Amino acid sequence: MPLEPGARVRVRSMTPPGHVRTPFYLRGKTGAVERVLGPFGNPEQLAYGHAAERLPLYRVRFRMDEVWPDAPNPADTIDAEIYAHWLEPA
Amino acid sequence: MPHDHHHHDHLSPSGHPYRPDQDTGLSYWQVMEIAIRELMIEKGVVTAAEVAAQVEAMDARSPAQGAAVVARAWTDPDFRARLLEDGSAACAEMGFDVKPMRLIAVENDAATHNVVVCTLCSCYPRNLLGLPPDWYKSRAYRSRTVREPRTVLAEFGLNLPDDVTVRVHDSTADMRYIVVPSRPAGTEGLDEAALAALVTRDSMIGVGVAREP
Amino acid sequence: MSTDPSRQGPADPARRWHDMGGDLAGPVPGEEHDFALWEKRVDALVILSGLKGVFTVDGLRRVLEDMGPEAFETMTYYERWVAALNQNHLERGTYTVAELGAKMEEVRARGATYGEAADAT
Repeated sequence: MPLEPGARVRVRSMTPPGHVRTPFYLRGKTGAVERVLGPFGNPEQLAYGHAAERLPLYRVRFRMDEVWPDAPNPADTIDAEIYAHWLEPA
Repeated sequence: MPHDHHHHDHLSPSGHPYRPDQDTGLSYWQVMEIAIRELMIEKGVVTAAEVAAQVEAMDARSPAQGAAVVARAWTDPDFRARLLEDGSAACAEMGFDVKPMRLIAVENDAATHNVVVCTLCSCYPRNLLGLPPDWYKSRAYRSRTVREPRTVLAEFGLNLPDDVTVRVHDSTADMRYIVVPSRPAGTEGLDEAALAALVTRDSMIGVGVAREP
Repeated sequence: MSTDPSRQGPADPARRWHDMGGDLAGPVPGEEHDFALWEKRVDALVILSGLKGVFTVDGLRRVLEDMGPEAFETMTYYERWVAALNQNHLERGTYTVAELGAKMEEVRARGATYGEAADAT
């Protein structure tokens, strides 16, 4: 079921060795869906020349102090685009 | 200041040094480029004309296109709304076909400053603004902008007060971003073309603000 | 290399080198350069390879990442791109290694500068 804007999500903390577009610094971090995009082909399949599953893509907004606990401006934010299979409800 | 250009003997019309190219020793990588291009043509993957057209299209794209879009957004509230709703479609309205790129416009205001980075590679709204500057692709910019954005912005000469929220946009997937900078004060009488001249490339990446008139 | 102390020494296998968001690093460099013709052509060939359905930008990135941090530090941006462009074409069978080798010999024999070698067609 697609997520709605505002939904709280956590980025999965898996670390496979291949091509992925989920930055390491956001893994395991919790944020809120800012908007829903897509569907887009899964880059983890496209990168190896395979037909790609179409996935929802979410812009997720993270507070700076969630990502960096020592952030001097904790209410600043980072937005990143994360494919559906990297997100779990928080 | 990251912006200050170093002085070189051979500067292009835009004031940047040319990377040695046509008249220096042929590098291994240049040989490879020529060979791949010719093989792609011989194998029928592309034509020479398509390659030339692609280079020409690249040369035609520049920050001036983005500046025109921003100036329109400053002067036309309906266009502004459409731009924030669907950046690609709004650019297409102005004759800037940015497909297949998907553009999101993010707007600065008195309480918010947006800045764009790509920590994983060098994603950039190239179909609107042209190719990214070298510093955008640097380790320092890619690494630090999500960790200490205000310190990075200060290196560009932009010091933001604590009551302005900084929103960093990491271009991790299929979207590309353009920042709509705040319209400078004292520009009420200016027309779109004069306003566009105030919109710098850096202000649309978010490491700067629009010029004062 | 990275100036982030946490990224010195043996690499953390869980975190790949190109995934650099959050590292500490020195000041943002200020220099810019205009792209040379051969660099623009590399860019054009990558874009066209995508438009023609040979491989996607994801394939380009995958090879760039697999080239490792040493390539990032020792090769220029479009040197890395041309290497990744080639790798994808070899994988997709556009041409063979032998065909590439012969063509590179032919190109090199045309002259000592890019202008001479590229203008033969």
